[in-house]
Amino acid sequence: MYVKKLLVGLFCVSTFAAFAKECTPGTLDNTHFLIPGGAGGGWDRTARGVGEALVRSNILDLATYENMSGGGGARAIAHLIETGAPRTLMVNSTPIVVRSLQGVFPQTFRDLTPVASVIGDYSVIAVRSQSRYEDLHGLLSDLGNNPRGIPVAGGSVSGGTDHIFAALIARGAGVDARAVKYIPYDAGGKAMAGLLSGEVAALSSGFGEVVDLVHQGWVRLLCIASSSRLPDLPELPTCKEAGAPEALFVNWRGFFAAPSVPGETICAWQQMLADLQTTREWEEVRERYGWVELHHEGPDFMALLTEQEHTLRRLLNELELIE
Amino acid sequence: MFEGVSAGFAAAFSIANIGYLIVGCSAGTLIGMIPGLGPMTAIALMIPLASTLEPASGIILMAAVYYGAIFGGSTSSILINAPGVASTVASSFDGFPLSQQGHAGKALAVAALSSFSGGIIAALMLLVSAPLLANLALSFHSSDYFALIVLGLVSVAAFTGRGELRKALLMTILGLMLSTVGTDQTQGIPRFTLGLVDLIDGISFLLLVMATFAISEALLAIMDPARGRPDQDTKKLTSLKVSKKELKDITPPVLRSSLSGFFVGLLPGAGATIASFLAYGTEQRFANKEARDQFGRGSLRGLAAPESANNAAATGSFVPMLTLGIPGSGTTAIMLGALIAYGIQPGPMLYISEPVVFWAVIVSMWLGNTVLLVLNLPLIPYIARLLTVPRTALLPMILFFSLIGVYLVSFNTFDIFLMTLFAFCAVLLRTCGFPMAPLILGFIMGGMIEENLRRALLLYDDSWSFIWERPSTGTILLLAFAVLVWPGVQSLRERLKAQ
Repeated sequence: MYVKKLLVGLFCVSTFAAFAKECTPGTLDNTHFLIPGGAGGGWDRTARGVGEALVRSNILDLATYENMSGGGGARAIAHLIETGAPRTLMVNSTPIVVRSLQGVFPQTFRDLTPVASVIGDYSVIAVRSQSRYEDLHGLLSDLGNNPRGIPVAGGSVSGGTDHIFAALIARGAGVDARAVKYIPYDAGGKAMAGLLSGEVAALSSGFGEVVDLVHQGWVRLLCIASSSRLPDLPELPTCKEAGAPEALFVNWRGFFAAPSVPGETICAWQQMLADLQTTREWEEVRERYGWVELHHEGPDFMALLTEQEHTLRRLLNELELIE
Repeated sequence: MFEGVSAGFAAAFSIANIGYLIVGCSAGTLIGMIPGLGPMTAIALMIPLASTLEPASGIILMAAVYYGAIFGGSTSSILINAPGVASTVASSFDGFPLSQQGHAGKALAVAALSSFSGGIIAALMLLVSAPLLANLALSFHSSDYFALIVLGLVSVAAFTGRGELRKALLMTILGLMLSTVGTDQTQGIPRFTLGLVDLIDGISFLLLVMATFAISEALLAIMDPARGRPDQDTKKLTSLKVSKKELKDITPPVLRSSLSGFFVGLLPGAGATIASFLAYGTEQRFANKEARDQFGRGSLRGLAAPESANNAAATGSFVPMLTLGIPGSGTTAIMLGALIAYGIQPGPMLYISEPVVFWAVIVSMWLGNTVLLVLNLPLIPYIARLLTVPRTALLPMILFFSLIGVYLVSFNTFDIFLMTLFAFCAVLLRTCGFPMAPLILGFIMGGMIEENLRRALLLYDDSWSFIWERPSTGTILLLAFAVLVWPGVQSLRERLKAQ
């Protein structure tokens, strides 16, 4: 009896998985984008940029937008779940995972249906070009000897993504996450100004935010948090190779739907966002904002989220920012 | 260099580009006049159009919108005491009293002239020294920023003194307290939110300034129909005439403020707001006793100083953006995005690698400022006529636009309730003689002071040693101290002399 149930269960799971991969998309002519922050921010630009490319490339007839700021995204999430809006996609990013763990809002990404991620930015460690650190080993050995002597800047608050990444790097030197001297700035640009002014020794940031200054020769990158080297910069080692095996981290931006939305609509959105990837209009939008493509959908996206949650929970615990 | 300059001029001086300049300046002025919509929104709205144009034209269009929106913002702060962006708060200190005395046209003309001079002088300095200045912009540490903002705070906190020092101090402290509501910028932990989700992001500047300035002003006018009623003499209201003596009077403040504004604008962590407050405070210090008493009651100098400083600072903020690709403000961040979209890499070599674009940007600053002046001076009488609209129509309009402006930024009805609450508190406080300017000042500076101070303390392991270990920090703090005690010393000396 038990075995039979298990077999039926397995069958259901496998057919569901098969469907999830090659599901039959429903029809979609309009999509409403819910933006959990105000006009002009990163979420706003992502939703409007995606919507613009979708409409201009005729994948979608109509894209509408709604800004609903409040509570670091809490209001929009509660609204989405409450109304179960059938045609609404909410934009979000790595902070949804961080803020759930910190208890800013009671829900997690599991209370929503993750649809797909569209863009991402790998974390990097940067130093000034006149810095004595030629590679990550130099930085790690100094960090190991005297972590308080190496201030590391970042463009997010303590416990935010840049801090987490700095802590992941420090683990490569066998340093406790709490020992890292993390200096928060309120934006990536100001953190970069802090690095160039010499008040900090290194910067934890996103590749997209620093790449221009690297090309101009102001700063040097020590490693990137991707799993393999970037084709554009083959000489830049991954952090894993360079001596910080745990430092894998990407800041993604993607879309979520209400849990009550039927499978065929989710499927249609996934199809829509997959079609978007190949269009010239999307390429233009990405170039305009300097975004790097990072397309994961369905189970793949879920796996990324789960893994990120695992890493973040462990580190926030070590930093004693959550219990 | 001259080849570059002439190529830039050639690029800027086409009929199409002059057209974009005019469109941009007018659109920017209109958008900027609506409380809540500032330069950032105006530029963001223009990006879809600008991205279809040639790089030089697109940048010219955006620069025109930028200057237009800054000027438009000053208009609403002068006419109806509704500064939509932080950098025009200081302009309302004397601009609004001027328009209440029936000199709206003159006030707007002085604002336009000072903005123009600030922009032109700063663009000139940009032209001669942009690449050199990049290094200066990067020499400031967190502790220096902390000291600079303290200087800004004390130099203006002094002006509100005038017999009401205690009240002004109390309001400054209240402003500082309000700035701590919301998520702590260093630790990411919510503070003083009363468990309300809507307070996690803090109180927005726009909400507070609209509630305490524009709405409370309108409510007070409803309660007291005779209050601050501008002279209905339309001829005086719309007159642009600034006498020769007045022009001579405002020239030194404009020159000083343009210079100081430009240098403060260079710093990615400071910007136009601090520049305008510093300029206001400095001019008040420089003035003789008679002129000083005029500050806050409709002094032309008090209007000219922050107006030229904020425009000069806006231009100065192009230095870190163009030479380093570091945006110092939300507005320059959007412009930077647009530049990159054109495939232009900002950098210290930009003026060599992309001479046409680089010089087109600088030339467009001159043209933008000039077109703005030429366009707006003839329009001022019509803009000033806004005040002749009967109060029964004007006051509801002010209330409507203030509420809508705040709602359109956050799309959160909670903000409207909070704003109403603040407006009623402000009315109560104002009837008891508490000034609102120190409140806003404390609120704006509070967040910046806290952030930079805490960062400096983190860097120095919770020790205050940066005050004597970094000469620049110590010097600026000493200056702030001197500014704070100077009035006391002065009156003591006068008293001793009298004896």
